[in-house]
Amino acid sequence: MSLYSEEEAKKILEKVVRFSKADGCEVNLTGAEGGNIRYARNSVSTAGENSDAILVVQSYFGKKAGTATINEFDDASLEKVVRRSEELAQLAPENPEFMEPLPPQSYGESRTFSEATAKINPDFRAQAAANSIRLAKEKEVTSAGFLEDSNTVAAMMNSKGLFAYNRATNVTYTVTMRTNDGTGSGWVTRDFNDVSKLDTSEASKVAIDKALQSKNAKAIEPGKYTVILEPAASAELLRNMLFNMNARPADEGRSFLSKKGGGTRLGDKLFDERINFYTDPWHKEVPAAPWTPDGQARKKMDIIRNGVVKNIFYDRYWASQKNVESVPFPGNAILDGGTASIEDMIRDTKKGILVTRFWYIRTVDPQTLLYTGLTRDGTFYIENGKIKHPIKNFRFNESPVIMLNNVETLGRQVRVSAGGGGVNFFLPYMKIRDFTFTSLSDAV
Amino acid sequence: MKRREFIQLSGLGIGGMLIPVMGNSIPIPLSLEERLDITQKKKLADVALNTARSMGATYTDVRIGRYLNQFLTTRENKVQNIVNTESFGVGIRVIVNNTWGFASTNIVTEDGIKKSAEKAVAIAKANSKFQSEPVKLAPVKAYGEVVWKTPIEKNPFAVPVSEKVDLLLRANAAALENGANFISSNLFQVNEQKYFASTDGSYIDQDVHRIWPTFTVTTTDKTTGMFKTRQALSAPMGMGYEYMIPKAEDKVQGPEGIILYRNSYDIIEDAMAAARQTKEMLRAKSIEPGKYDLVLEPNHLGLTIHESVGHPLELDRVLGYEANYAGTSFATMEKWKSGHFNYGSNIVNIFADKIQPGSLGAVGYDDEGVKCKQWDLIKDGVLVNYQAIRDQAHILNQNESHGCCYAQSWSDVQFQRMPNVSLSPGKDPYSINEMIRDVEKGIYIAGRGSYSIDQQRYNFQFGGTVFYEIKNGAIAGMVNDVAYQSNTQEFWNSCVKICDEKDYRLFGSFFDGKGQPSQVSAVSHGSSTARFNGINVINTGRTL
Repeated sequence: MSLYSEEEAKKILEKVVRFSKADGCEVNLTGAEGGNIRYARNSVSTAGENSDAILVVQSYFGKKAGTATINEFDDASLEKVVRRSEELAQLAPENPEFMEPLPPQSYGESRTFSEATAKINPDFRAQAAANSIRLAKEKEVTSAGFLEDSNTVAAMMNSKGLFAYNRATNVTYTVTMRTNDGTGSGWVTRDFNDVSKLDTSEASKVAIDKALQSKNAKAIEPGKYTVILEPAASAELLRNMLFNMNARPADEGRSFLSKKGGGTRLGDKLFDERINFYTDPWHKEVPAAPWTPDGQARKKMDIIRNGVVKNIFYDRYWASQKNVESVPFPGNAILDGGTASIEDMIRDTKKGILVTRFWYIRTVDPQTLLYTGLTRDGTFYIENGKIKHPIKNFRFNESPVIMLNNVETLGRQVRVSAGGGGVNFFLPYMKIRDFTFTSLSDAV
Repeated sequence: MKRREFIQLSGLGIGGMLIPVMGNSIPIPLSLEERLDITQKKKLADVALNTARSMGATYTDVRIGRYLNQFLTTRENKVQNIVNTESFGVGIRVIVNNTWGFASTNIVTEDGIKKSAEKAVAIAKANSKFQSEPVKLAPVKAYGEVVWKTPIEKNPFAVPVSEKVDLLLRANAAALENGANFISSNLFQVNEQKYFASTDGSYIDQDVHRIWPTFTVTTTDKTTGMFKTRQALSAPMGMGYEYMIPKAEDKVQGPEGIILYRNSYDIIEDAMAAARQTKEMLRAKSIEPGKYDLVLEPNHLGLTIHESVGHPLELDRVLGYEANYAGTSFATMEKWKSGHFNYGSNIVNIFADKIQPGSLGAVGYDDEGVKCKQWDLIKDGVLVNYQAIRDQAHILNQNESHGCCYAQSWSDVQFQRMPNVSLSPGKDPYSINEMIRDVEKGIYIAGRGSYSIDQQRYNFQFGGTVFYEIKNGAIAGMVNDVAYQSNTQEFWNSCVKICDEKDYRLFGSFFDGKGQPSQVSAVSHGSSTARFNGINVINTGRTL
């Protein structure tokens, strides 16, 4: 049992706070249940289910804080974890950066839970995989896929009376289809709070088409090209940029947002004026929890507006040092798009490359946010408004900052999980000029 | 938010780092005594084995695990976090209808284990409807009741936290006194207490230790707006706290006063050097792109071995089981069967093992009860074998597992993971100074940097921690903006010289990722400094 109702969670947390003998405490309760199925070589390989719940107690005496956690919920265990956190707080050195918990906050309604996803069972997962495998066999391609669902509860309370509760569900599906001769590969990703939006057959067909179309790719010379990036391709680059938009390293002179001579580039126009990048916890396609793990309320907020940096993220300590309001890290991110479909964008391209996804993206230079990685699972050459032929994969060396300055067209938006960090994105298909490819890869 | 991320992020604000935290924090001082004695573990394991057997399982294994971690995080003169985690539970794997099933629980009672065994059987039965490749296990010896422990000298969990924190803060102070603007330092300590039992007749109790001290030093130049960082030149090791106590015999003198470390580490000395080197980086020239002979130091070369040899020779990748995530492999079965696929030049000998003392992979038995060993992957440049576990050995026409099955915790299913994969040292006496003397136009690279490789492991790009240009047999100063791009087979065939065993040491990684759901594994790679001729070097400098 790990999915506590709001009432049950409140009862547990009140009991824990009552045990406290410290100057104060903050308690987080998280519970999660989930399942997954994995298949490869057109056969199911592994599957499993997990369930866990964790109670995290932070106690403090002045600026000395200690944290202890436990996953047992009888009264003796609850008291034990409080005492342990208090012992640890007494042993810890003073932390001048420690911030006392927040008083009660008000949060907006959450949109992160779906009953349908909560009801997923092993038979549903097996059938979802079977549907994909059947289509693969029909088209003589080989499928390898993964479906993972989760159902989570988060609650918190502190000695200043703050209480927060949220339920969330999520389902992520990816599948790779490879032609049986090994010369073509296609991939697709889907991510939703509500599983009723997921159709593994529809998704599998997209991957199969890409695999068949990408057979026998031709090599073209590396260099600077106009690219059409599918949202799954740009998501990880934008995620990396978002994670580098914290105020403190910018103030400390070690960020792409540091200003020569000191200070940050908050308020500077760093991107194409069509770039509008924002967060909105109530966005219906990519809802996020309305509060952060330290109890701050999330709100709709611009990050970049008309190419100008409007907000960078201040944790509570750094905000207090800089005399500004804290700006918590967002739970989602949306980049405004346009009305053009992918077909429209291809039709309007004289010469370019369509990229399904990037792979193995790593930082090369934190100063310029230069990243390297490779195209994968469907890369196509476009000429005079048509896909001419598949091309061999490229390695790129590029910065999302430069990329967002070289925008040609922003198309329709799609939800995409950027993998890691817990932030979901709603991103447009993007046409970008002068994207830098530096070498060829033989990988399929 | 996914279940795993949710647990990682909740409450444990580990300085913004996404450390895969397994389990729950427990207080300091840690309780070091065993949670259950060996008789109790055997009794509980038998409940799992008997329950699954009675429900039709033809094979069952059970892992009762207690996983302890301690992470210390500091920056400059502050301790940001002290996190102790403990995770206790049981994972049960079964074969029913020739199909795998797995379930895990943190309720380690007879009843909890029985229910979990039933769940594993039910999952195997459900999946057997869609399974077209029956599981076939290589035979394994029944070892009876055996015990194995990492041969540590000093248990890190028994060292007072204050002593460990003090060492990190002294390293931080040393960096700042030598001109660095910022330093973050960490000490990771891991203890896996694992009890394995299977219907093949083994009851194996193991106590595994790993340790990793590391830091990042940053120096900024406000007038130019430039900043440079330098990571520690330590390695994560399968050792105890003795790794943190510097010994003169473990220090290796590199060019330009660089000090490299073998089986013990001097974090204060390295932090001072890092501060000096970041200042030098701010003044160093940008590399001229082109072809260079690369002299690669073991703490750098280890990652190149990991990505370009370790991963492509994982048999599950070769067969397509990782196609949807990590990818497949250029090193196909056809190439291996040919018996003459030249992976590298004829001085390249690469072996796999899970027994090297001090390595992260070293254990007595793997996570499916197979005794660990050493075997060749590349012999005189030719591909001769892969990494395979019990349900894969038959595909290679081999009759035993290589013993490289691993799960990151009791709650995750075990599968094939990379053992230590290492480059054998050169046979003739040859030192790093002699190697540099023999290079006309080259770059010496120490430490790990940016790394990226394609999904079949052909094309890669690697950076490093520090770079020195070599001109006419001598170091000609530090350089910046270096990354090399190559193709795996071309690269290993360009290996012309390897230093002798006196230069041999281990590189390691705590966070090798693979599988869906993704699991991490710790692995070491040994080598001596090696030279690769005519490699393409690009310049990574940009302006915004």
